[in-house]
Order: sequence, then structure tokens, then C-alpha cells
Amino acid sequence: MPAPSSEFPAQNQAPGSDYFPEADLLESGSMATELVGPGGIADGQVRELEALHILDPDQVGSGAIKKRLGLGFWIASGWVAFITLLAILAPVLPLESPSKVSSCIKYPILSTCTKAGVDTFHVLGTDSLGRDTLSRIIWGARVSLSVGLIAIVFGLIVGGIIGLIAGFYKGRLEGLLMGSMDVLLAFPALLLALAIITFTNNRSILVISLAIGIVSIAPIARLVRASTLMFGEREFVLASRTLGASNSRIISREIFPNVVLPVLSFAIIGVAVAIVAEGGLAFLGLSVAPPTPTWGGMINEGRNVLETDPQIALIPSAVLFLTVLMLNFAGDRVREYFDVKEGGL
Amino acid sequence: MRFVRKKLISLFFVLLAVTALSFFMLRLLPGDTARVVCGISCDEAGYQQTRADLGLNDPVPVQYVRWLGKTLTGDMGISARNKQPVSEAIKERLPVTLELLIYSQLIALGVAIPLGLIAAQRAGGIFDRVSTTVAFGLLSIPSFVVAILLILIFAVNLGWFPSVGYVKFSEDPLENLHDLFLPALTLAVAEMAVYMRLLRTDLISTLQEDYITMAKAKGITSRRVLLRHAFRPSTFSLVTVAGLNFGRLIGGAFIVEVIFAINGIGRYIVDGILGRDYIPVQGGVVVVAVAYVLINFAIDLLYAVIDPRIRHARAIV
Repeated sequence: MPAPSSEFPAQNQAPGSDYFPEADLLESGSMATELVGPGGIADGQVRELEALHILDPDQVGSGAIKKRLGLGFWIASGWVAFITLLAILAPVLPLESPSKVSSCIKYPILSTCTKAGVDTFHVLGTDSLGRDTLSRIIWGARVSLSVGLIAIVFGLIVGGIIGLIAGFYKGRLEGLLMGSMDVLLAFPALLLALAIITFTNNRSILVISLAIGIVSIAPIARLVRASTLMFGEREFVLASRTLGASNSRIISREIFPNVVLPVLSFAIIGVAVAIVAEGGLAFLGLSVAPPTPTWGGMINEGRNVLETDPQIALIPSAVLFLTVLMLNFAGDRVREYFDVKEGGL
Repeated sequence: MRFVRKKLISLFFVLLAVTALSFFMLRLLPGDTARVVCGISCDEAGYQQTRADLGLNDPVPVQYVRWLGKTLTGDMGISARNKQPVSEAIKERLPVTLELLIYSQLIALGVAIPLGLIAAQRAGGIFDRVSTTVAFGLLSIPSFVVAILLILIFAVNLGWFPSVGYVKFSEDPLENLHDLFLPALTLAVAEMAVYMRLLRTDLISTLQEDYITMAKAKGITSRRVLLRHAFRPSTFSLVTVAGLNFGRLIGGAFIVEVIFAINGIGRYIVDGILGRDYIPVQGGVVVVAVAYVLINFAIDLLYAVIDPRIRHARAIV
């Protein structure tokens, strides 16, 4: 496989592109800054995650060192896999219904509620309506994970196609496509997602995912375009063209495989951003309508009883935090892993 | 100059697109737009009035131009719920949000700069490693979780700060800063992690420059080298990102304003959405989006002024 550059591509402006090079210099940071999360918190993390590792003194010039994904990566992946498995298996797990209201309200962790001679054991307690927290966490994971995944897959497909076309064909088409990406980026991320959900007046998982996915199109398109520009100038593309390959073949067989790796590692972090975004919307009461449990919604409900029963808000907070942290960590490791490999070639 | 002209042209088109999108949002509403906009308690007279206000009988481009003209002259319509003019409400609320954003940036920079300096001084040392880990963790906490934790610790348990409500800045500036500390800190938490890492990274690369070696060779203390020689040239990306983050923070402000019951523009929009009061939402969206575009534009220009390489990028390519 041809060697990709270890530089993050947004900074490499291939000659011959009509799309403002100044803008790229300026916005090398904003790609990440604007892979947004409503919630505003996760937005800058990609940029930050880059900053965490580039120019680390013990890594400078150490491209030859063989890197591994490391134990941490497997722990992180394990957690994500575990949550995913629980979410998938939710209907067959021996759980109480997440919307079943009982008279045992605000029960603490590991408590047994006895009602009419029947003991119900609540591993993580109940919320202020007596609904089993563990069950709600697991059912809530279905929403969070589906939204995270659908949003990013949507962003990857649309953003990826736009980026590939813009980076490959250049010229006016590129100007037009990237110009419209600028317009998308001109909206603060949360605002755009909020507006889509509000004005379509539809709160299904699909609409929420697409609203968040639309926000992720522009940063992904930029990243893909920058990589495409870079690879478009390489010898193997020239060689392929000399052999008579068509444009579509060059894009799908030569450029796409090179572009896809950096974008996929970016996508893992993107899933985390989308999950936070959904959490933020749910927290504002603008995600999937109740009684469907969502992590953000659970945290919001727990906010009202923070003084007396903080665990009701803290348990979903901890699960959300762990999931986001693990996804960020795994994404970061994957990116670093490929970067170093690239640098070593 | 060519750079500025090009940026201005692109600014014009982006503004056009942003306002057009804000305008068409209202048309996306399912059902009869005037009926929905008019609200739940809408009678026939109110409905006809709304229809006339929106000018729904005209062609869409005409509607857009008229709406744009009205918006530019400060007429953004009237809230269906409390009949307050939208522009008036925004005028009241914008300064509150602005104060919150500036306050949080100051907190973030105030924490990040000293920590970044210490971390960079001994890159790879214990402090550096711990702060890297902590920064990574901080970035993974969603703002609403940060807010919950801060309220639990500082408002509920310690009782140092109020969990909701605040005194206006004009009434008692000190009390206002005290009341707004938790919301500002909530926004600042993720920012400080970003800033610290940025500053650290830039400082480490600056410290490898020849002139730093030269300064050290002359026997200047490392503290002085760090503060006097390395710090300023290393703040470049920090300044840029801090500027760009103003726009990003607006998103965070939505959630923080709702949690801490602050009457800023974010809460105004969210309240509008929840109350199905769409004219205020549209007004709020267009003001925030245009402000965001303008801030980013200003930073682009500023960036070019600071760094001549960008001004002359065309010539180099």
C-alpha cells in the first residue's frame, strides 16, 4: 500500500486546487473545532486529541518505533462492546420494563423493594417514578448508540462522497461543494441540529440521527477532500491513469482505500461526539420523546432531586461519561496507531 | 487586499445562505405555517393577522427579501405567547449570554496558561503526564454532566454558589460574578483542557528553537526564558482557537443557560422551541448564526494580520 503522509491532511494544500488555500490554513483547526456536539463540550476534542500527541517530545523523530494499540485500547473497546451487547440484548434480558412505574420510588443502589409480598431487586435503584434504573440505562443505550452510529454513518457517506468529488475533480465543482460546506459550518452545531428537529417537528431516532449527522457532514467532507487532494497528486494515481484507468476506478480503487483509514479513526471519535450531542438534546427535552428512556433525559430528570437523591442523575452521567471517554480513547489510539505506521513508511 | 476582498465576497454569500436557511426553517413546519406560528390559543383574527404578517400569499423570494429587510431594521416579529417583540427580547438577553461567554473564556485562560507553562517546562514529567490524562478526561465529560457535578459539589454540598438565578450585572457587579461563577466554570472546563494542551504543544516546539538555546547558553534562567522568550510566540494557536471557540461556546451556552436558569439568548430559543413559539426561535437562530459568522470572519482577518504567511498564501502557492 502506498505510504500516506503522517501530516494531518487539512494542512496540505495540493497545488492546482481552486478552493481558497488561505481558508485551509485558517481552518486547519476548525475542522475539529466544528465536528460538533451540542453540549458544546466535545466539539473541540478532536483538535485537542491531535494536540495531545503531536510534538510529544518522546515521539518526535521516533517514527521507526513499532506502536501497539495497547491494553487501554482493548479495555476501551471491551466497554463499548459490552454496552453495545447489552443494548442489543435488552429485549431478552431479564429486566423490568424501563417504563414500568412502581410505588418503590427513589430507591438507592442495591436495594430490594417489597410490594404485595413480591421482592424486586434493583441493582442500580430506581428513579423518582420508581422505574428501574438499570433497565432504563440499558434501554437508553439503544437510543444513544443507534443515534451515534446512524449519525456518523450518514455523515461519512454524504461527507465522504462530497469530499472525494471535490478533492478529485477540483475546479468550480470543488468551489461550489466546499462553499456549501462553509455555509453548513456557519451555523453553530447545536443550533443547526436543534433547528432541524424543531422545524421538522419529528422526534424519531432517525430524524435525530440525521440532524446530528448533517452537522457532521461538513467536517468529514473537509477531511476527505484534503486527503483526496493529497493522494490525487501521488505517483500511484498517475501510474493508474497512465494505464488507462477511468476516473471512477481511480477514485474507488486508488484514492478511497487510502482516505478511508484516517477517516474511520476520526469516525470513532465522531460517534462519541454524536452521543454527547444526543445527550444534550435529550437533556433539553428535545430528543426522542418520553417514555423512551435516554441517558440525557435520565440525567435531566435526576436534576430535580439532586439534593436528596443524587444517584439518580449520577448513574446515567457516569455511564455516559465512561462510554464517551472509552470511545474517545479508542479513536485516539487507532488514529495514533495508523499515523505512526504511516510515518514509519 | 486581495485576501480581504475574497473573504468579503465569501462572507456575503455565507450571510445570504445563513439568513435564507433561517428564513426557510419556518416553512419547514408541517401543516399551515400561519396556523402553527399563531400558536395554540389562536383565534380567527389572530390567524388572519399572522397570515398577513408572514405575507404567505406572495412568491417565496419576495417573502424572503421582505423578511430580510424587516430583520435588518430590527423588526423580527412578535412572540405568539407573550406578545413581546422578538428584537426587544434579544436586546435584553444578548448581553447576558455575551457576559457568560467572556467570563468563561477568562476562567479557562486563567487556569490553562499557568498549567500549560508548567507542563511544557518539564515535558514528559509527572505533572505533564497527569495533566494530559486529566485533560483527556475533562474533554469527555458532556457540559450538562459537568453542570450537575458542579451544582452537587458547590451548590448543594458546600453551598458556596447558588445553583440557579443571579443578580444583574448592572445592579451589583461583584454579586453577579459570584452568581454566574458556576455556569461560567461549566463552560470553561472543556475549554481549559483544550487551551492547556494547545499552549503546551506550541511551547514545546518553541522551546526547541535555536534562539531559546542561545538564550539558555547566555545563562538566562529557564523561568525567564519560558516567560520572556518562549511564551509570546507560542500563544498563536491559543489566541485563534480561543477566538473560534466563542462560536462553539454559544452551543454550550444553550444547555448551561437552561440548567442555571439564566435569561440569555440560548434559553430564549429553547423556551421558544418547547413552547412551540416559532417566531422567537427564528429570530434567535438568525441572530446567533449571523454573530457566529461575523466572529469567525473577524478572526480570519485577525489571523491574517498576525501571520503574514496567510496574507501571502496566494503568492507562495
